[in-house]
Amino acid sequence: MTTQSSEAMNEQFDRRTLDWYIDKLVEVIVFISGISAIIFVIGIFVFVTMEGMGFLFDSFSFSEFFGSEYWEPSDEDAPEYGILALIAGTASVTGLAMLIAIPFSLGTAIYIAEFSTGKTREYLKVLVELLAAIPSVVWGFIGLTIMNPLIIELFDVPVGLTVLNAGIILGLMAAPIMTSIAEDALKAVPDRYREAAEALGATRWQVIYKTVLPAAKNGLLGAILLGVGRGFGETMAVLMATGHAVNIPGSVFDSVRALTATIAAELGETAVGSEHYQVLFTIGIFLFLITFVINLTADLIVRGIKNQ
Amino acid sequence: MVETMLESKSEGKSETASTAEQKKVKLDISHLTVSYGNDAAISDVNFKIFENEIFGIIGPANAGKTSFLKALNLMNTFDANMKVEGKILFNDRDIHQLKNVYALRSRIGVVFPLPVGLPMTIYENVALSPRLRGIKDKATLDEIVQRCLQRSALWDEVKDRLDSLGSLLSGGQQQRLTIARALSQEPELLILDEFSIAVDPVTTMRIEEVLKELKNEMTIILVTNLVQQARRLADRTAFFLEGKCIETGDTEALFNGQVENSKTTDYIEGRFG
Repeated sequence: MTTQSSEAMNEQFDRRTLDWYIDKLVEVIVFISGISAIIFVIGIFVFVTMEGMGFLFDSFSFSEFFGSEYWEPSDEDAPEYGILALIAGTASVTGLAMLIAIPFSLGTAIYIAEFSTGKTREYLKVLVELLAAIPSVVWGFIGLTIMNPLIIELFDVPVGLTVLNAGIILGLMAAPIMTSIAEDALKAVPDRYREAAEALGATRWQVIYKTVLPAAKNGLLGAILLGVGRGFGETMAVLMATGHAVNIPGSVFDSVRALTATIAAELGETAVGSEHYQVLFTIGIFLFLITFVINLTADLIVRGIKNQ
Repeated sequence: MVETMLESKSEGKSETASTAEQKKVKLDISHLTVSYGNDAAISDVNFKIFENEIFGIIGPANAGKTSFLKALNLMNTFDANMKVEGKILFNDRDIHQLKNVYALRSRIGVVFPLPVGLPMTIYENVALSPRLRGIKDKATLDEIVQRCLQRSALWDEVKDRLDSLGSLLSGGQQQRLTIARALSQEPELLILDEFSIAVDPVTTMRIEEVLKELKNEMTIILVTNLVQQARRLADRTAFFLEGKCIETGDTEALFNGQVENSKTTDYIEGRFG
């Protein structure tokens, strides 16, 4: 009887069941989904590069493109494509936004993860997520209609659509998502670390400062870099709140124009394939490379910390 | 049933107190009850722990041993769910009336059952507590780190890599690191909660020898699942069962069968638990 049943069992070795086919099918679907991310990234990069190629190979001048502060694409005799002022605009707004968002979001995350309890924590978390879901055009609207007159009145300046305005708006926009990620990082620190430090007689702040923050270092860095990435990539709110004036800012009360906002505002008005059109795509390539470098740096730093 | 048990216990307590009259009381625990929500983890625990003794606590899982330890260290201030009633006197001071709990905690060293190597270097792990006390001098810190690691029988294994991460050590090494960290507090009271779970027998014996020496400098509470370990080390022992302290007494006496409650002997001889 035993031999019989083992023969029957052995037969199963050659029979592919429905479960086997489902397994294979799922494997294929998951593989396609996984690989599609890579395909899309490469596809977008190729497309953007192709569109910008004409300018890049014909009349691209490194010193003019990156060194000139004159962005005059509509000058009919001698259009000039210098993005220095646009880079300065994006960098100044992002920099100011990070100055606001980093302490703000880390503080909120520390409060939610370490100090608040029960209902307070739940409400705060929901509110933060809600803030993160506000569309950027709404933020831009706030910059335009609330912050603008407020800045004019408070600081007695002629224009309120400035680096300050966009920096604050962008900082507030980036803070919720940074808070969310930073809070996750803090929550991931095991409680036994806190208990061990408490048992040594550390105060709550010492526990956080000496144990929790160092342990959550990777995640916190990830949160900050995500905020920077958001700052570089944000378009609508920045377009509405900066004043959209090509200018290298001398103070936070100057209007500027961002790289992304330039593409958004001008692409619709250019003839497909024209030089102006191609230049805008070249800016796209530049933005793409910056984001790539930021992400790569984040990745390398996180890996570096892991390997230590 | 419960009442008679309590009565017989209090009689026994007065007896031990009289034999140890000359000793200084380190901890005086009266009517201590710890509960989580509506569930009492321990209820109405009463006994004294004397200075420079090793006080053993034995008992099966879920007897409330760890809750008892948490109450001593005021860990309930961080756990909203944990409620402590009753009185704990540490050096004759009611610990619930202290204005600075951190000062109390810094004088009580705790070794948790599962090793906790904090995510910093081995050196930093041991130097953390002295630093919290405000010691900055490098030479003094070096000296403390070396002494504590030697006492916890870890020095020889890590002396060449003090700068590597403490959390990367093996389980047994991390446990000895935890002991070194507790010793670095220069505590008056050292609490060991089943310290030998993750440590091999040879190292356990080495640490036990160290504990016998440390007794001259501090009071030690030893919670252990190994009744023989309690017999080897503890001067007096308490037996916890289902959230109650069944009895306390001289360790040798308990192990020789001089008990008030037969359950104690049953547990010691491994008939349940």
